[in-house]
Amino acid sequence: MLLKELSALASPLSQGQVDKLKQFTSELSSVQLAWVSGYLAATASQGQTAGVPAAETSAAQTVTILYGSQTGNGRGVAQALAAKAQAQGYTVNLASMGEYNVRQLKQETVLLLVVSTHGEGEAPDDAIELHKFLASKRAPKLDNLHYSVLALGDSSYEFFCQTGKDFDARLSALGAKALLPIVECDVDYEDAAAQWQDSVIEAAKPHIQTTGASVTAIGSASVVGESQYTKQNPYSAEVLVSQKITGRDSDRDVRHVEIDLGESGLTYQVGDALGVWFSNNEALVDEVISGLGLDADENVTVSKESYSLKAALTDKKELTQLYPGLVKSWAELSGSAELAAICEDKEQIRQFILTHQFADVVAAYPAKVSAAQLVDMLRPLTPRLYSIASSQAEVESEVHLTVALVEDERQGHARFGGASHFLASAEEGQQVNVYVEPNNNFRLPENPETPVIMVGPGTGVAPFRAFMQQRVADGVSGNSWLFFGNPHFEQDFLYQVEWQQYLKNGDLSRLDVAFSRDQAHKVYVQHRIAEQAEALWQWLQNGAHVYICGDAERMAKDVHQALVNIAVEQGGLSADDAEAYFETLRSEKRYQKDVY
Amino acid sequence: MSEQKLAVNEYLKIDSDYLRGSIQEGLDTQVTGSFSDGDQQLIKFHGFYQQDDRDLRNERKEQKLEPLHSFMLRARVPGGICTPQQWLEVDKISSTLTTSNSIRLTTRQTFQYHGIPKRNLKTLIQGLDRAALDSIAACGDVNRNVMCNPNPVESKLHAQAYAVAKHLSDHLLPHTRAYAEIWLDEEKLLGTETVEPVYGQTYLPRKFKMAVAVPPDNDVDVYTNDLGFIAVAEDGELVGFNLVAGGGMGSTHGEVETFPRLADDFGFIKTEDVTKFAEAVMTVQRDWGNRVVRKRARLKYTIVDHGYEAFKAEVEKRAGVKFEPKRDVIIGDRGDRYGWVEGIDNKWHLTLFIESGRIKDMPGQTLQTGLREIAKIHKGDFRMTSNQNMIIAGVAAEDKAEIEGLARKHGLLGQVLSGTRGHSIACVALPTCPLAMAEAERYFPEFIDHVDALQAKHGISEQSIVVRMTGCPNGCARPFAAEIGLVGKAPGRYNLYLGASFEGTRLNKMHKENIQEAEILAELDVLFGRYATERDAGETFGNFTVRIGVVKAVNDAAKDFHA
Repeated sequence: MLLKELSALASPLSQGQVDKLKQFTSELSSVQLAWVSGYLAATASQGQTAGVPAAETSAAQTVTILYGSQTGNGRGVAQALAAKAQAQGYTVNLASMGEYNVRQLKQETVLLLVVSTHGEGEAPDDAIELHKFLASKRAPKLDNLHYSVLALGDSSYEFFCQTGKDFDARLSALGAKALLPIVECDVDYEDAAAQWQDSVIEAAKPHIQTTGASVTAIGSASVVGESQYTKQNPYSAEVLVSQKITGRDSDRDVRHVEIDLGESGLTYQVGDALGVWFSNNEALVDEVISGLGLDADENVTVSKESYSLKAALTDKKELTQLYPGLVKSWAELSGSAELAAICEDKEQIRQFILTHQFADVVAAYPAKVSAAQLVDMLRPLTPRLYSIASSQAEVESEVHLTVALVEDERQGHARFGGASHFLASAEEGQQVNVYVEPNNNFRLPENPETPVIMVGPGTGVAPFRAFMQQRVADGVSGNSWLFFGNPHFEQDFLYQVEWQQYLKNGDLSRLDVAFSRDQAHKVYVQHRIAEQAEALWQWLQNGAHVYICGDAERMAKDVHQALVNIAVEQGGLSADDAEAYFETLRSEKRYQKDVY
Repeated sequence: MSEQKLAVNEYLKIDSDYLRGSIQEGLDTQVTGSFSDGDQQLIKFHGFYQQDDRDLRNERKEQKLEPLHSFMLRARVPGGICTPQQWLEVDKISSTLTTSNSIRLTTRQTFQYHGIPKRNLKTLIQGLDRAALDSIAACGDVNRNVMCNPNPVESKLHAQAYAVAKHLSDHLLPHTRAYAEIWLDEEKLLGTETVEPVYGQTYLPRKFKMAVAVPPDNDVDVYTNDLGFIAVAEDGELVGFNLVAGGGMGSTHGEVETFPRLADDFGFIKTEDVTKFAEAVMTVQRDWGNRVVRKRARLKYTIVDHGYEAFKAEVEKRAGVKFEPKRDVIIGDRGDRYGWVEGIDNKWHLTLFIESGRIKDMPGQTLQTGLREIAKIHKGDFRMTSNQNMIIAGVAAEDKAEIEGLARKHGLLGQVLSGTRGHSIACVALPTCPLAMAEAERYFPEFIDHVDALQAKHGISEQSIVVRMTGCPNGCARPFAAEIGLVGKAPGRYNLYLGASFEGTRLNKMHKENIQEAEILAELDVLFGRYATERDAGETFGNFTVRIGVVKAVNDAAKDFHA
């Protein structure tokens, strides 16, 4: 069999491993290939790995931890679990579901899953394939498997933790036995996740032999501690530039932020995200403290450390994003019937948390609360992820972000998004704690000839700036096509002069733009895509990869529908076949999304 | 003789397929708000210029945005006359399709829109078309908007003069269908070759301006035009014109081979020969004009370079008619008659002072709304003057009160207006005009405040002085024909020109170069002081400055202006 025909289903390798093997071997001469094949055969016969951690250490001794993660939370929980299991002497197999070879399922004895749910009950991109496989006829009997599922979700959505529930139900239906009941976590998942990690390791003990501990990461999923800077141990970088890139008459404030990674040695690939820790705005912290009549200097304990209340609210606690649990607690504390009624209705609470911050709740529904109660009630501050807008091939030790300042005015108070306001108001030289969040589900094609279609309205254009920088640096010759949209041409054409330059130089083949508010009827990227149906279908026939970045709620769905329509109209496919067509593209990594 | 390389614009015209260029492609691309460099020259023939907000250039560069491009479109309104219905359309377009939300009356009796995004151009031109207006040849190397004294008092003579102006405008329009095809979606006529009977494939070497004056008024500043017709009447009936040719304002700072010039008198022609002479002058300019050095391409240089007599002989030859000796006419005031004037037809005419021609709603002065309200009830017409003012013409006596009420309510009437302010004009300049080196429209009202104060200080407020300011030496506000001319050099800095006649029959001359407000005012303070005490009876300020030797008289611009 030729290597280029190799696929994960026909080999013991995962898709990620197959890709790596293909990439590696493509660089070798025939003499080198022959030498490598002999070397690997010899190593295999000695029962050792050739420096590459093998996926298949004896399954009976191994805990396999799989995560399906869109924003990195699931991955973080899985990594922490892997570290704890390893500390207990387990051999651990850690992988993204997208990198996992489903043929290995039969050999597993303990399988621990961490998976999130998005939008209306949708699985994260890297979980889709496994999710489908388990429901398909090809799924094997799993009588010998013990498993546990930690589901991440947002209880303000109707299909809360649906993907996790699906995995739980399907594994159970295939005969696998649950070590613990499924744990469904809300946005304040940290405590519940930590508890699950401890319990599940205990519960797995009877089913596993502990030996010398090792963690094996399958595929390209990051090994724990790959970089010394992680989410928990971020790098204190310096903000170089925070430049508004919308015009003065724009009704939105979008910033181009340049951050210096200095000597950190942090590296990223185009498609990755940057995790950004931030401090809450001082005025907001003061407003909350004074609104509750508390003392800013009072000592409180957060994660066993002592802080002043003000310091805790500034750097340790989430103030700008509400979540249902907090609103419910506040409804009880304040005794507000109005708030309690809101909590009863999923749609209402969802709207409420989208349009309120904690400070608004405090002001509108007075309650008596102690400083200690307050910090216990608030969830820990979590970093925000931004799709990286630069390539290191171009900007070296810098990392660029495209940040939309979230701002709103409520009852006379300006309300800001925590991280976006922090970055937008950053002075040159300000420190910001960052880490790289890899995204292997958003990668340029390996073949430089492969055409790419990029759909990135609004700040969704960020990773495509990174793509273009990378492609220019690599000197790739394949065609590229960008669809961009925003409200107004004059005010909101993010990075306009850069795209013009790429077009002029021939680095970008096509650029179609949709400015929704510049004419009587609203025009969005999906309309431009529909207008270009014939050309777009031709590009797909030529093997184009399609990338979508930006709003998940509406844009990504509308764009997907526009693409499906094209497959129907231009390709003569039925609606189902058109869906299947894009499903195939997705599994071939030709249809990738970075949506939020 | 070896083939000389022509000016760049000449090749653009040749290659443009009669002004089509790649304008359509430029309209189709949504990635930029601009047209290509070549098309930026061609769109002028379609009536508009590409501009950008210069106040925002640096800011937008930092924002990674291209300059804030927009377009300035100038309509073609021969003689400046439009109906109230047309005005309502013109007004509506400004509110819906431009970002400046204003209408700018120009020094050539038309209006222009500023701040038109590229995507709105077509809709806007189609809107004008529905109102029976267009912008064909309002700019570019063609015969521009033909001016005509809007004097509604001698309405019979005016009507006859206006008919000549309208005829000239229509007759000398380019014949290319580029405008109709690109903007009005008219089909390409297959199998028909474009023919430009007067212009030819390369049109004129440079812009060409025409005016018809009705003495004693010289509001159209007839001598500043390439071709001027000064009406000659007998017993109140038009019999013909004194033809003048070779005027023009544009020059370049520091380049003595360029200079403003007033037109030469050529003699009297009969009304029936007007078209022949107009075509003759234009075709001589077409064939003799300098197509190598664009700066020297206007008719004024053609006459200087070929000589007055040779030019005159060629024009007579082509017209097939000889000039008669020029008739005596009195050239008088260049200002407008503000307020109500009764015409010979018993209709009333109200001239409204519009500062810098900018019709816009501002706090306390809702000029645009006011004119809209007037247009809704007005039964006569609107007349735009060459001093950037508006005449509500042909009002029946019984309608006067209502019109006046509206004008007062919206701040169009009732302001205290000095004679000098009433005679003074400024061009647009910053932030939109790409040529401007200094402010004009935005700063001019304040500057006139200072002039008014100085005149008051010296007790000479009753004397009107023609003051004109432009942001560059191209001369849109005809600054070289002003008694006090200020021409921008750099932000806050102007050249000060003095010594033109009040009537517009003699140019001014540079007195001080590159000076700032304080120095300008100090100069005027001294000169006004002397004028107050040393002037002869009835002596105008421009004549005074020449007589006392502050500047030398400019009689022959080619020799005297830079001397």
